[in-house]
Amino acid sequence: MKARHKRLALIAATLAALGGAAALILNAFQSNLVFFFSPSQVAAHEAPQGRSFRIGGLVQPGSVQRQTDGVSVRFVVTDTAHEIAVVYTGILPDLFKEGRGVVAQGQLGPDGVFRANDVLAKHDANYMPPEAADAVEKAKRAAATSQKTLIDPHKR
Amino acid sequence: MIPELGHFALIVALCIACVQASVPLLGAQRGDATWMALAQPAAQGQLVFVAIAFGCLAWAFVSNDFSVLNVAANSNSHLPLRYRFAATWGSHEGSLLLWVLMLNVWMTAVSVFSRHLPGAMVARILSVMAIISIGFLLFLLFTSNPFERLLPPAVDGRDLNPLLQDPGMVIHPPMLYMGYVGFSVAFAFAIAALIGGQLDAAWARWSRPWTTMAWAFLTVGIALGSGWAYYVLGWGGWWFWDPVENASFMPWLVGTALIHSLAVTEKRGGFKIWTALLAILAFSLSLLGTFLVRSGVLTSVHAFATDPRRGIFILAFLAVVIGASLALFAWRAPKVGLGGAFALVSRETALLVNNVLLVVAAGVVLLGTLFPLFHEVLGYGKLSVGLPWFEIGFPVVMAPAVLLMGIGPLMRWKEGKLPDLTLLLRWAFGLAMVSAVLVPVLMGRWSVLVALGILLAIWVVAAGFVNLKDRVAHLRASTGASPGTVLRRLPRGYWGMLVAHFGVGVFIVGVTLVRGYEVEKDVRMDPGDTVTAGGYQFRLEGLKQVQGPNYEATRGIVSVTKNERPVTTLYPEKRFFTVQEMPMTYAAIDTSLTRDLYVSLGEALPDGAWVVRVYHKPFVDWIWGGAFLMALGGVIAVTDRRYRLARREDRSLVADSAAAGAQGTG
Repeated sequence: MKARHKRLALIAATLAALGGAAALILNAFQSNLVFFFSPSQVAAHEAPQGRSFRIGGLVQPGSVQRQTDGVSVRFVVTDTAHEIAVVYTGILPDLFKEGRGVVAQGQLGPDGVFRANDVLAKHDANYMPPEAADAVEKAKRAAATSQKTLIDPHKR
Repeated sequence: MIPELGHFALIVALCIACVQASVPLLGAQRGDATWMALAQPAAQGQLVFVAIAFGCLAWAFVSNDFSVLNVAANSNSHLPLRYRFAATWGSHEGSLLLWVLMLNVWMTAVSVFSRHLPGAMVARILSVMAIISIGFLLFLLFTSNPFERLLPPAVDGRDLNPLLQDPGMVIHPPMLYMGYVGFSVAFAFAIAALIGGQLDAAWARWSRPWTTMAWAFLTVGIALGSGWAYYVLGWGGWWFWDPVENASFMPWLVGTALIHSLAVTEKRGGFKIWTALLAILAFSLSLLGTFLVRSGVLTSVHAFATDPRRGIFILAFLAVVIGASLALFAWRAPKVGLGGAFALVSRETALLVNNVLLVVAAGVVLLGTLFPLFHEVLGYGKLSVGLPWFEIGFPVVMAPAVLLMGIGPLMRWKEGKLPDLTLLLRWAFGLAMVSAVLVPVLMGRWSVLVALGILLAIWVVAAGFVNLKDRVAHLRASTGASPGTVLRRLPRGYWGMLVAHFGVGVFIVGVTLVRGYEVEKDVRMDPGDTVTAGGYQFRLEGLKQVQGPNYEATRGIVSVTKNERPVTTLYPEKRFFTVQEMPMTYAAIDTSLTRDLYVSLGEALPDGAWVVRVYHKPFVDWIWGGAFLMALGGVIAVTDRRYRLARREDRSLVADSAAAGAQGTG
C-alpha cells in the first residue's frame, strides 16, 4: 500500500506541475496576443488603452508630415469612414505610400493619437495587407447599410 | 513547343510515379522480386522526366519566352541571366516544380545508394516516396501548371519581384527544399519499416545518414534565408519569427530531435516508436510548411497570387498523408517491442529530455504560428502573436536543452554516474562561470541575459573539449596508441557531433552579443554630416545617381573612421525598379569577425537630406557561422565509416550494439 500511495503522490505532483506550467504558458500566450482594430472600431472606443494593438487601413493622401528632426513622421490612417492619426519615429518601409494600405502596431495615447512602434507594408507593390483590406471593406459595408437606413454617419 | 514538351514530360512522370507507387509495394507484400525490382528503374526514370520538365521551364525563362504565362508574370528581358534562371523557381508554380525535382533527386539517390538494403524495404521506401510525388505532380498539373500559355504573348515580362533579384535567390530555395523534401526519405523509411514490421536498429542505421543529410541541408537553407533577410530587406534583423520562417524552423526542430532519437534507436534499440513518430512528424511539418507558404494563407514575400483551389488541394493532401501515416502508426506501433531498459541517470534519459524539449520548442512555435489562423478562420477576428511570445518562450525552453548538451554526450548508455560527471565537468563549468562574469564587463555593460548566454555558449564548447580529452585518454589507456593515432581513429560520427555542438556554442555567442550590444541609429543626414555608432564615425560624403540593368539607384557614399583612422567606405543604395515601380533598399555592410557595420538609406527628405539607418552589430556573423558549423557537423557524421560498412551489419548487429554500448562509455 505504501508504494502505491507514493506512486499516487508522484502522479498527483506531476499532474499539478504540468497543470501549473500549462496555466503559466497559456497566461503568457494570452498576454502576448496583439488584436487588430479598424479605425472605425478605434473611433467607437472599442480598442484598449495601455495595451498594444494593430490598426490597418489606407494612408490618407496628403497626410504624411515629416517632423523637424527628419526621423519622426505623422500620418493619418483611414478606412474611408473614420480616421486615426499616427505618429512614428524611424524609417518607413519602402512600400509605404500615400493612398496605399498600411498596418501599424503600437498603443493609443490619451490624446487619441496612435503611437506606432512598428509600421508594416508588405513585400509586393500590388498587394494590400489583409488587415488593411479588411478594415476598408468593413467600413464600406457599414456605410452601405447606414445609407439604407437613411442616416449618414458623418452628419450626426 | 518546348513548354508543351515540359508539360508532356510531367504527365509521363506522373504515369511512372503511379506505377512506382503501386507495383513495388504490392510486390513487397507478395514477396515477388520482379515486381519489387521495378522500384529503382521507375525512380530513376521519373527523375529523368521531371528534370526534362524543369529544364524546359528554365529554358523558357532563359530564352525570354513571354508566350508562357509564368515567364511573362515573373521575368523580364532586362533581367540578368542568373536571375532569369533563378526566376524558374521564383513563382508559385516553379517553386513547386523545384519541390518535385528535389523529391526525385532524393528518390534516385535512395535507389542508387540502397543496394545493400533488403529488396522489400527499398521497394516500400520508393513506393511511399512515389505516393508523395503523385500528390505534388497532380497538384502541379491540375492547379498550378507552370507551362500555361499566354495568348497573345506578352511583349515583355512583368519582371521578378525585386526582393528576389539577389544571389540569395539562386541558392536559398534549392538548399531549403533539399532539406524540407529530404525529410521525406526519413518519413518513407519509417513508413516502410512500419508496413514491414521491421522497426529495429538496422532500420535506424539505414535511415540515419539520410536524415542527417536532409537536416544539414535544411540548416544551411534556413541560415541562407536568414542572411538574405538581413541584408536585402534593409532591416538589419536576422530572424523575425515570421510565419514563413517558422514554417521552415518547425521541421528543423523536430528533425533535430529525430537525429538524436535515431542515435538511441541505432545504438541501443530504444525509442523505436518515438523515432518513427518523429519521422512522421518532421515530414508532416514540412508539408504543413509547404501548405502555409504556398496556399496563400499567409502573406509575405513567399506567398503568390492566391487561388483557393490550391489551398484546399494541399490541405486535403496534408490530411491524407498525415492521417494515413498516423493511422498506420497506431495500427503497427503497439506490436513493436520496447528497447533496452535504462536508468534515470543515463545517456538515454539525457536524449529523451533533449527530445521532449525540442518538441516542446516546436510546439511553442507552432502555437504562435497557427493560432492567428484558427482565430480568424473561426470568425473571432484578426490578431497576431506578439514577438515576446517567441523571443522569451523559445530561449526558456531551449536553455535547459543547451545545459544538457554539455552533460549528455559524456554520460554512459544505460546507467551513468553523476559523481564522475561532476568531477569531469567542474573545469568546464568553472570556465563558463568566469566567462559569464568577464565577457559583459569587457564589453562595457553588464547584463544578466548576456551573462546567461555566454555561460551556455562557453559551457557547450568547454564540455565538448572535456569530452574529447576524456575519450582520447580512455582510448590511449586501452590501446596504448599515441594521441595522434587515437585522434585519427575516432569515428567521423563522433567528430560530427563535436563540430555541430561547437556550432551551437558559436551561434549562441552571436545571438547573445548582437542582442546585448548592437547599436541602431536612424538619423537625418545632410551630405557632410557625421554620426557615431559603436565607436565608429559614419560620414555621409555625398550621393550620386547610378543606372542598373533594370533599375535606377541613388547611391550614398559613407566613409567610416575609428579614432580618426579610415576603416572603410560603404555604398548603400536605394534602388527603384522601373518595371514593377517598386523601390528597394540595398544595405551596405562591412563584415569582420567581431562586428558588422551596416548602413542603409531610408528616404529622401525634401531639402536634399536623407534619413539614414546606421548599425553597429557585434559578432552578428557568428550566428550564421554557428549554423554552418552545425551543418558541417552533420556532413562529417554522414561520412562515417560504419554507414559504408552497412552490408555486414545485419548479422553482426547484436554484437555491434553491445560494442557501441561499450564505446559510448569510453
